[in-house]
Amino acid sequence: MQELIARAKELLADGTVARVLGWKAGDLPYNPEPAYFEKEEDFKDFVYNSFCGANLSKFMIEASKLEGKTLVCLKPCDTYSFNQLLSEHRVDRDKAYIVGVGCKGKLDIEKIKKQGIKGIKSISGAEISDEADTLTIDTIYGEKTCAFSDAMLERCHVCKGKEHKIYDEIIGESKETKDAERFAEVERIEAMSPEEKFAFFRKELSKCIRCNACRNVCPACSCRKCVFDSTKFDSSQKANVDSFEEKMFHIIRAFHVAGRCTDCGECSRVCPQGIPLHLFNRKFIKEIDELYGEYQAGETVVEKGPLTSYTFDDVEPGIVAERG
Amino acid sequence: MSIEANEEFKPKIVAFCCNWCSYAGADLAGSSRLAYPADVKIIRVPCSCRVNPMFILRAFEKGADGVILCGCHPGDCHYSTGNFYARRRMTMLFSMLDYMGVENGRTRVEWVSAAEGVKFSTTMNEFVQKIHSLGKNVRLGDLRCRN
Ligand code: SF4
Ligand code: SF4
Ligand code: SF4
Ligand code: FES
Repeated sequence: MQELIARAKELLADGTVARVLGWKAGDLPYNPEPAYFEKEEDFKDFVYNSFCGANLSKFMIEASKLEGKTLVCLKPCDTYSFNQLLSEHRVDRDKAYIVGVGCKGKLDIEKIKKQGIKGIKSISGAEISDEADTLTIDTIYGEKTCAFSDAMLERCHVCKGKEHKIYDEIIGESKETKDAERFAEVERIEAMSPEEKFAFFRKELSKCIRCNACRNVCPACSCRKCVFDSTKFDSSQKANVDSFEEKMFHIIRAFHVAGRCTDCGECSRVCPQGIPLHLFNRKFIKEIDELYGEYQAGETVVEKGPLTSYTFDDVEPGIVAERG
Repeated sequence: MSIEANEEFKPKIVAFCCNWCSYAGADLAGSSRLAYPADVKIIRVPCSCRVNPMFILRAFEKGADGVILCGCHPGDCHYSTGNFYARRRMTMLFSMLDYMGVENGRTRVEWVSAAEGVKFSTTMNEFVQKIHSLGKNVRLGDLRCRN
């Protein structure tokens, strides 16, 4: 982290960049938040630790409109989102100075709390400099421990790899964290009976409070005007929502990012209700891979994605009913 | 005591038909006096790719038991490529509906040209039959308001 701060200050001082987009310490030991740093003294709050899951690429849409370059810290998975935004002409490459930051997996505080660890005062083992296999957590009830991998975000267990897909320079080390198959959960659901599937999704979706966090955080959801803000729909607020609107919101949200979702995992990370939104996104990714050829959004900058292109011999939609 | 509504189930079908081929096909079916069930409500759209997945979901919400999308045969779209995009989108949508356990088979896509009045009428008859066998759509309506 010191190396990152030193380099950021240097680039700021020599005028290469006008501001730095990183994370600053939050009010709790585990909730750093995205922030701009413009002056030397701002950096006293700068952090980069294992709780910095937030993907900063979406902030570059606004930052691209500002005067001068913005230094942006991107983890390997965040660079996919940046590429996707470039493909969609939503960000300006010339306005960004990308520092690829190393990543050894990011933590999910909810997973720590689920283990009964409450009243957290401080957590050691989550700093980039002292990342340990076991987290030592100081709580008001005494010291607790938790294995790092048990507290890792779902997305890090299926990490796409530690290679930055776009960057100006790289600072820091990464470590492989993948220990699960990305589509395993999707396949488990596919194997269920229609009744089981329906019951599963109904249970998950009825938890949704329509806070819109999943949409707001998503780098692929960047329309200036969103269909879900329309006051003509009951789905614009929870009070009026019925079970149909619930399903519709989730089908359409996932549909609108189909072929563009990089599987960055932000939607599932921010959902206050713990709804596994990645199960929707990955279903589309899996179908696209199987029916139209393997495709990873954000791997490179592309002209056209799978749903904005076609071939004469594409399968007919009837395939869904045929395969049963 | 309850009042049993003992009506025969008559499926409500919404058919989105593109203006240039399928709607003309439906017209031909009509003028050739080929029968198709009156429960098929046709909505004319400029092209099959005008159909947004929300149209289909909304149709179900409003009480449709089945939704079918008809367009020109691939390669014959009036706007050259609209139906190619529609084909991929509908494949995605249908697979999501299946994945979520909303019955598979309540949605269909069929390519019907302006000369295929017979195909139009047989497709519709078949589809109504199919929906008849599936029964009423409950999972895409509002479950909380129905029994
Ligand atoms: S998905 Fe991979 S690159 Fe992204 S935060 Fe997790 S471990 Fe890091
Ligand atoms: S973040 Fe979660 S609760 Fe909020 S709208 Fe999305 S799915 Fe619903
Ligand atoms: S849908 Fe979720 S995983 Fe996909 S790009 Fe958006 S935030 Fe990331
Ligand atoms: S005009 Fe008929 S499908 Fe495009």
